[in-house]
Amino acid sequence: MQFPTTSSPFTPASNTVNRVMLQVLIALLPAIGIMFWLFGSVLLIQLLLACSTALLAESCMLWLRKKPIKMHLLDLSALVSAVLLALAIPTIAPWWVSVSGTLFAITITKHLYGGLGYNPFNPAMAGYVFLLISFPQQMTAWQLPFDVISSATVLDHTKTQLSLSFSVHEIRTSPLFGYVAGKGWEYLSLAYLLGGLWLLQRKVISWHIPVAVLLGLTIPALTAYLIDSSQFTSPLFHLFSGATFCGAFFIATDPVTAATSNKGRLIFGALIGSLIYIIRTWGGYPDAIAFAVLLANLAAPSIDYYTRPKKNER
Amino acid sequence: MLLLCLVFVLLGLILGYAAQHLKAQGDPIVEQVDALLPQTQCGQCKYPGCKPYAQAIAQGTADINQCPPGGEQTIEALANLLGIEAKPLNAEFGTVKAPAVAFIVEQDCIGCVKCIPPCPVDAILGASKQMHTVIAAECTGCELCIAPCPVDCIIMVPIANKPSEWQWSAHHD
Amino acid sequence: MTKLAHFHGGLKLAAHTLSVPIIDSSLPEELIYPLLQRANHYATPIIKLGERVLKGQMIATVNTPFAAPIHSASSGIIKAIEPRIIAHPSNLADDCIVIETDGLDAALASRSCFDYQQKSPQELRAKIHHAGIVGLGGATFPTATKLTTEQDIHTLIINGAECEPYISCDASLILQKAKEIVLGALILQYILQAKHCIIAVEENMPQAVQALKNAITHSIQLISVPAIYPTGGEKQLIQVLTGTKIPAKALPAEHGFICQNVGTAYAVYQAIIQGLPLTERIITLTGKGINQPQNIRTRIGTPIKHLIAQSGGYNKKVQRLIMGGSMMGIALSSDEIAVTKASNCLLALTSGELENKSSEMPCIRCGDCATVCPAELLPQQLYWYARSGQLEQCQDYQLLSCIECGCCDVVCPSHIPLVQQFRAAKGAIIIKEKQTAQANLAKIRFQNQQQRRAKEEQEQLAKAEKRKATIEKMKAASLAKKKSL
Repeated sequence: MQFPTTSSPFTPASNTVNRVMLQVLIALLPAIGIMFWLFGSVLLIQLLLACSTALLAESCMLWLRKKPIKMHLLDLSALVSAVLLALAIPTIAPWWVSVSGTLFAITITKHLYGGLGYNPFNPAMAGYVFLLISFPQQMTAWQLPFDVISSATVLDHTKTQLSLSFSVHEIRTSPLFGYVAGKGWEYLSLAYLLGGLWLLQRKVISWHIPVAVLLGLTIPALTAYLIDSSQFTSPLFHLFSGATFCGAFFIATDPVTAATSNKGRLIFGALIGSLIYIIRTWGGYPDAIAFAVLLANLAAPSIDYYTRPKKNER
Repeated sequence: MLLLCLVFVLLGLILGYAAQHLKAQGDPIVEQVDALLPQTQCGQCKYPGCKPYAQAIAQGTADINQCPPGGEQTIEALANLLGIEAKPLNAEFGTVKAPAVAFIVEQDCIGCVKCIPPCPVDAILGASKQMHTVIAAECTGCELCIAPCPVDCIIMVPIANKPSEWQWSAHHD
Repeated sequence: MTKLAHFHGGLKLAAHTLSVPIIDSSLPEELIYPLLQRANHYATPIIKLGERVLKGQMIATVNTPFAAPIHSASSGIIKAIEPRIIAHPSNLADDCIVIETDGLDAALASRSCFDYQQKSPQELRAKIHHAGIVGLGGATFPTATKLTTEQDIHTLIINGAECEPYISCDASLILQKAKEIVLGALILQYILQAKHCIIAVEENMPQAVQALKNAITHSIQLISVPAIYPTGGEKQLIQVLTGTKIPAKALPAEHGFICQNVGTAYAVYQAIIQGLPLTERIITLTGKGINQPQNIRTRIGTPIKHLIAQSGGYNKKVQRLIMGGSMMGIALSSDEIAVTKASNCLLALTSGELENKSSEMPCIRCGDCATVCPAELLPQQLYWYARSGQLEQCQDYQLLSCIECGCCDVVCPSHIPLVQQFRAAKGAIIIKEKQTAQANLAKIRFQNQQQRRAKEEQEQLAKAEKRKATIEKMKAASLAKKKSL
């Protein structure tokens, strides 16, 4: 009897790309829930817009590039980028903000560089930066949680007040603040943290990047806070404000654009963490996750090169 | 102004010194091109050996797609080295053949030594009126010995596909 | 209780163990012996066509320490020495000695020898070489050569850590022949003059552990190791048992360790004590594609189809025939191929047990492959470089240290055929090195020829000049003579 011949191994593989992506989406559910509670059903419209644009854009690009559409659509990677972007932009932003951001993320950042696995930059973050630079007004007007007034985020407010020479203690008394950071926002950060810990437990991501990001942020923040607590905000404030936990567990851990080896990942994460602190404190933008991640994406190939395994001795 | 002129004179002197004393021996690009050629010394490229062909490529008088024994692999490597576009093998200079070595059919050999001088790597052993034979391990498959033989007793034998020479390929069959 | 170490990576795999007693295979009509052994060493036949041979008679010798002699596994006539498809990943044909069995199974007389300690280690090594014994764990390295090391060996490890899924030949051998294996281990320890001897078995073979506990002597340590693939690899096993990490380019012997498979230890016992050469081994024949999976004591050289027939034949759904385990086995193109000393397992797999290779996605750089790699490599980077043909970078990232265990391939969420890529890259490196060496040789010979011819031409010219000068002189002399007359 004759048989076909192929290379070993012959054991069926256990994991698939869409299982990884699906678990990331599941881990985002707590955050989606909290956002919904804070900002209402308009969030669902943003999610719907972003997801449908992403799927349509991906289908078009796959068709243009003559790739199998169903197989790549079902890998859910486009949905993950879309959801992350939709959660990052203000919920009251006009529809064309989420659509244009998603289009940029999927077509330009992802497919023009070769599609899944080939893009050097994180698509969601590149889309976010594109929006931030092109439409700064729409991107900085957030609806206040539990309120209909629109205002700046607590990070933005803090930065402005610090530049007006108010001290941290004075700024802290603002009604925008909750326990450690922005009212309502703290719960969102907690939701991201919970989702991230679940991903860690399921071994979808490894601990190296999140721990390095958080330490890279906390250590400078703690040092500065201990030196002068009136000029510099506390580490807890940094951890629970903005998209810190989202960045640490969901964005920086995007495998395609991060460093490869574990040593490299620690360096990559630390770079992001410290950049977040530097840009937030001395840079021109209130929140820095997107820029920090994109800058680290630039550095990832070099980090990989310098952390490759050394020649084995006898 | 004067200072600038002095600096330029100094730089000129340094360059002159470097041109004399730090001169590269030989033309490195020719060596690099030659290292990529298969060294069959067959002359199918219309040059008397691989080194002359390498020199011609370096000077720009020959194209990179004139070497059949090197095949596509050599053309791509040369294109990579010189930073130009790879192109298909020029059929005027020959076609790619499966690797083979020359074999003298001993029943027909008359010991005329006519095949020995054309071999560029001295792979044929023999003397006048003695049996000639091809040292298979040295033969590059250039086929230059075939034409001079007056009794047509040299044939090309393809190198057999043995399990010990086999390697995995990256694609599924 | 010995504290065990860990090696980097590894996977817990479903064992698919078979726990059935060993049966004997029936005598096949033909026995086929390839002359090719281990990469590129060929044995030389010492028999002629039509000659009658007995069971245990040597039919081919070797003139290199990297191959071992071949013995006939039954009595019969040498039918042919011709190309047959061999059990090799290429599935190409190569020269084989084909014996037509006569059904008598007449054996060559053998001499037992119980007092092996009266002989020198050198004599025993010669006996082992003569018996054609090779490593029966699958790599078939000649045992006598492995034992002829100049290094000081302090620990002999008998490897019963059968870690690949489906294979249970070693476990079943231990159950049946524990005492003989222990005696084989003692013989090996005596030859090596090793201070320590450890027999390692996997935790998931409790019956084997018990059998060995009953048979073992106080001088040998029995250790159970966790059932993580690939603990059965030499270097991984040494690391787990002793914590010593053997570098990728070094041999365990250079660090004082020698590993031998339990099957090899049993073969050594048979050769030294019973005076029998290596002509048979236990093979696990299993998979959902076979109707009666079993462990069979098989004559080496038996065509696989004979064993399949003895095991109830194929299931209709069979898709692949594999020699070896499901992680590192070789896919065979036909069951006409005969089993060799390397055949520890034959798998008839159905599509449900196989990898779906058509669903390859791009690499998402998740790094799972690096997490499980026992050789601590970065398979991801190796994949990028191998795929783009950048062989120098592959070597930079230690491609040649890859043991092709398949862990990275199995965990990859994109289902990329990593092992195949690495094998192809290694092959490309070997081919390139060969071509470069040949090209250099041709260049040197050509240059020598040019120099020699230039020299000859110079000499010819010089001779011609000299002759011309002499003639001129003679002419001038005769002219002068004429004038004076």
